[in-house]
Amino acid sequence: MLPLLWLIPAIPFVSAIFLALFGRGLSRRIIAIAGVGSIGLSALISLAIVPEFLASGVPYTQVLWTWINVAGFRPEVAFYLDPLSLLMLVVVTFVSFLIHLYSAEFMEEDEGYSRFFAYMNLFVASMVVLVLADNLLLLYLGWEGVGLCSYLLIGFWYQDAVNGRAARKAFIVTRAGDTAMIVGLFILFHSLGTLQIQDLMHLASAQWPTGSSYATAVAALLLGGAVGKSAQLPLQTWLPDAMAGPTPTSALIHAATMVTAGVYLIARTHVLFALAPEVRLAVAVVGAATLLLAGCSALVQSDIKRVLAYSTVSQIGYMFLALGAGSWAAAMFHFMTHAFFKALLFLVAGIVIEALHHEHDIFRMGGLRKELPIAFWTFLIGGCSLAGLPLVTAGYFSKDFILWGAWSSREGSPWLWVAGMIGVLLTGLYTFRLIFLVFFGPSHTPVTRRPQYRIVVPVVVLAALSIVGGWFKNSLVAFLNTALPPLVDTRAGGLTETLSSVVAALAFLAGLGFAYLFFIRKREFAQSFATGPLLRRLHAFWFADWGFDWLYDRALVRPFLWIATVNRRDVVDDVVTALARWTQTAHYALSRTETGHLRWYAAAVGAGAVIFIGVVLLR
Amino acid sequence: MPSNLILNALLLAAILFGLGLAGLLARRNVIFTLMSIEVMLNAAGVVFVAAGARWGQADGQVMFLFILAMAAAEVSVGLALVLRLYHLYKSLDVDRASMLRG
Repeated sequence: MLPLLWLIPAIPFVSAIFLALFGRGLSRRIIAIAGVGSIGLSALISLAIVPEFLASGVPYTQVLWTWINVAGFRPEVAFYLDPLSLLMLVVVTFVSFLIHLYSAEFMEEDEGYSRFFAYMNLFVASMVVLVLADNLLLLYLGWEGVGLCSYLLIGFWYQDAVNGRAARKAFIVTRAGDTAMIVGLFILFHSLGTLQIQDLMHLASAQWPTGSSYATAVAALLLGGAVGKSAQLPLQTWLPDAMAGPTPTSALIHAATMVTAGVYLIARTHVLFALAPEVRLAVAVVGAATLLLAGCSALVQSDIKRVLAYSTVSQIGYMFLALGAGSWAAAMFHFMTHAFFKALLFLVAGIVIEALHHEHDIFRMGGLRKELPIAFWTFLIGGCSLAGLPLVTAGYFSKDFILWGAWSSREGSPWLWVAGMIGVLLTGLYTFRLIFLVFFGPSHTPVTRRPQYRIVVPVVVLAALSIVGGWFKNSLVAFLNTALPPLVDTRAGGLTETLSSVVAALAFLAGLGFAYLFFIRKREFAQSFATGPLLRRLHAFWFADWGFDWLYDRALVRPFLWIATVNRRDVVDDVVTALARWTQTAHYALSRTETGHLRWYAAAVGAGAVIFIGVVLLR
Repeated sequence: MPSNLILNALLLAAILFGLGLAGLLARRNVIFTLMSIEVMLNAAGVVFVAAGARWGQADGQVMFLFILAMAAAEVSVGLALVLRLYHLYKSLDVDRASMLRG
């Protein structure tokens, strides 16, 4: 089965091309079969590869062809499969398949049915290329492909200008990170002479001492790319706006593709980060700060999808925290569980929004527990997994593992642990606020549409995975540690793993309790909070994502627009037009000599001959 | 062949060529323009013949025959153009045929 590896990105890619070219004339049934079936095949192949890979136990490289061969620069189109990429591959294809199956019904009435599946398939193909890439250039191809597809899908309903703005914002903001990343690749190639990832890792650890300026610069630039793609501080502003796209798109961006690319990049190039302790600390600090800031923002949002978006930013922050603290396996484990429960939450949010006739405001929902029981139970499971319901859900195991790593690792610190714990409290609070507001209390909007089997099946499967996913923690971590350095457990004093888990459980319960108090028992409590002058300002501040958009608007967008207005007649243009005008003047001057008088021509020819001969003779 | 002969021949050719050029520049009548060109061509012919005599080679005379043939062809085309010119402008003044200017 291993030689079939190339088919995993190829099938969705071919399907995307097929749908893009011929999708217009096809019936919805065929489009759905092509769109969903291609991803299903990919998922099947990647599942079939797993036992064979486990049996062989060594990384597998598949070279397809040489991409470029110029002056010693020879990247190949080659796929590299090791435990890290295998985990990513299986999760990406499988979760994407469930989301596609869901979309087949969810998008049924949309005009752009084939366009949607073409984009989605291309999205998955790009992500698989990114995950499997053997060299950083191919990874960058997948990286940009993912960026392109996110742009296309966020702006899917392009007739509305707001969606177009959101799409452009996502594209431009991630571009800031991508630029940093490509500069990092240039430096890597310039100093080490290759972009092949495994060679790079060997060369870097052989040539660069720990903390050398090259390693630090490269790691910092790669971190820049990861921050942009994974929507971390300070480039997180695009992700909440990316909710403009269709709900399955949000699920795909948040759970399986795109935002986890940054986490994967850092895990993939972990040797570079091990060589740059400052950058590694920066990764952890960025993660901790992001998870707190985004958690606070999630608390006050009123759009169901924006709450989930901020929760994604916050959960990716946990992954960054784990990466920075050196518990690599924990980050990847949390990636997996997060993919399950976040896809689930978005898909159920889609059901709710459809059922209430495109209502996004959680304050206009309510009482859906009876109306949509499947949505309620699956959302409850996903929410519990997100918030970390102790001992049952997958999210608890992965988050607990991250927190323990943050405390005990050589690179960890109690501060990171404290930040993570506050994050758990915030997560519990905003998750159950969402659940209580949407599914409990009085009903505000009548239910108009109920899900059919193609929506219910993926949701139920994901709900099961959100619980079962945590049971394989130990074997999965052992599996990942064959590719990633294991957690170095040094600071065991003062806190045991069990105690850390107990504190996490208490933080979860506190979050749940506060949410119950504010949104079920004493709604007037929350009301009074919202009306106090200071708190209202805080509410507005958090609602606007700590003013980041405002800051960027003032610091970057407006100055740029101002310069564009002032420089409407481009200065550079003036240089070019001056050249053109000068040439034109010379042309008119010369054309005056063309009088049409034969005798003048003869005189000029004669004079020219005399001058030339004179010059030759007298020289 | 005495060496002053070629000098004399070159002098003659230069004078002929100068006369032809002067005629070309000074006269406006297109017939005279053609005749001036003939004079200049003959000046070149004299140089060829003299050079052939100087080095005892037949090439100079062969070249003169070529020039003669070319001059005949040129005159026939030239006269045809003169006819067209006269037909168009009802005059033989070359300065009036100055439509082709920049």
